[in-house]
Amino acid sequence: MSTPSPQFHSRIWLEEATPDDPFTAERCYCGGYDVYGEIIKHASYIEYLFLLFHGERPDQASHRALEILALALANPGPRSPAVHAAMSAGVGGSPAAAALMAALATGAGAAGGSREIFRCMEAWQAHPQTLSPWLTARKDSNEHEHPARREVWPDTGYCPGFVPDSHHCPLPVRQTLALLSTCLPGQRLAWLQAHRGLVEEEVGSPLGMTGVAAAALLDLGFSPSQGEMLTLLLGLPGAAAHALEQQEQGIRRFPFFGINLLADPEAPPRKQTTS
Amino acid sequence: MTSSSASPAWATLNSSVGACFPGERAVFRGHDLHRDLSHSDWMDVFVFGITGRRHTPQQIRLLHAIWVNTSYPDARLWNNRVAALAGSSRSSANLALSAALATSEAAIYGRQIDLAVADFLVRTEREQAQGTPLADLVRQELHHNRSIGGYGRPVARSAADERNAVVIGIAKQLGLANGKYLQLAHAVEEVLRHGRWRMRMNYGAIAAALALDLGLSPQEYYVYMFNAFLAGMPPCYLEALEKPARSTFTTPCTALSYHGPAKRGWNPPADR
Repeated sequence: MSTPSPQFHSRIWLEEATPDDPFTAERCYCGGYDVYGEIIKHASYIEYLFLLFHGERPDQASHRALEILALALANPGPRSPAVHAAMSAGVGGSPAAAALMAALATGAGAAGGSREIFRCMEAWQAHPQTLSPWLTARKDSNEHEHPARREVWPDTGYCPGFVPDSHHCPLPVRQTLALLSTCLPGQRLAWLQAHRGLVEEEVGSPLGMTGVAAAALLDLGFSPSQGEMLTLLLGLPGAAAHALEQQEQGIRRFPFFGINLLADPEAPPRKQTTS
Repeated sequence: MTSSSASPAWATLNSSVGACFPGERAVFRGHDLHRDLSHSDWMDVFVFGITGRRHTPQQIRLLHAIWVNTSYPDARLWNNRVAALAGSSRSSANLALSAALATSEAAIYGRQIDLAVADFLVRTEREQAQGTPLADLVRQELHHNRSIGGYGRPVARSAADERNAVVIGIAKQLGLANGKYLQLAHAVEEVLRHGRWRMRMNYGAIAAALALDLGLSPQEYYVYMFNAFLAGMPPCYLEALEKPARSTFTTPCTALSYHGPAKRGWNPPADR
């Protein structure tokens, strides 16, 4: 049975084969630019990243803003769930990809992860530079007239972009927001920098790094889906480095938590789990 | 060595699902795994882990059948293709299968559909019981959410799903085909087939209805379906391993159809 030749369709990537081998590319073009002839000579990694997602090169302000965001998100530190997950894979000697998959699965979450940034961007996309996205996002889904198709992402019970059970906006978040808002003035970042206190009062929680990232990604012209994907990507360097560090240090120097077992078929008191 | 009594609160996990006591025993949802569950069917333990409830042998057989009859070792299918490509690239089996299972949480098939259709059936049954006509509920759902997971099919929108009759037959043999959700799933199909939508029920709706009728919640059903496609994946990975490296789904440069900007030079810089 003959079938038509399968085709990938892309606005991003063009390849030209070597004359004698259709399976080997001689020239590769990204957004029309020669990748190995010009981009690797002249572009920064951030410029190339922007080109891949946007199809166009960033202007100077966007270049700098994406670089700042990439730096800010590169390593949330070992206490963050995503890095903790990567270290848990690394310390046991799991494959490198497993450590990054662990970081991605955990960092994808709706509470502090890339799905929170997606939701925050979606809410703000519809209502720029007003309080309404935060108020809308805070509403429970049950308040809608007709229930939306149920998502696999569990409810968090808090407004995306903010940190529940916290009293103050942390210094790293304020520093990142302040620097980013100087790069991209006149849009959401600048509005957030000017009105952070008011928004925090309305929401009842301090702004989080997810809220800053969402504002920055929208100001850079990314869609919520692009913002979610970029956030996952940008968080991997720290996860990778910490996974390797714990792998080298070994399991005896990695914390193993105690447990309080609430449903034990053998009556207490008895010795608890030890590492 | 750290005991909970000597640890700060943050250093202790409070759990009711279980723990291992190395050299002694393991606890699984309040049962001693090696004393109480060691001879159990794996599906029984798996679903007990999800729901906290035990199921009858007939129910366990139906839950097995729901998985068995959607095990398709066709490496062209998107999730299976991930396993095959990983095999072709000589990645590890665990990475290949884990990535393929993660891929199965798709929006147009698989896990996202599972949760959506189970939730739809529960909502619809509740609202129908309160007196709203089913046709109105179906129309509202299509109006607000544009589609109903479990009805229509990405690759064969109007064809009958080959899995449905088989698994319903098994459910009948087991005496488990009389539940309200299965009846509702069929009734929704009738609305959709005879309306302008011309959509037929696919396996997503049937499987969800059968599981809901066993007492699983939508969330429990969604988690239970995690490895529904798994059995079809190892053959795709292993067959790719049997072939030369990088030879499965290899594509020539001409298989890329480019629609982007014309070739252009990088310099001068954008605005510097």
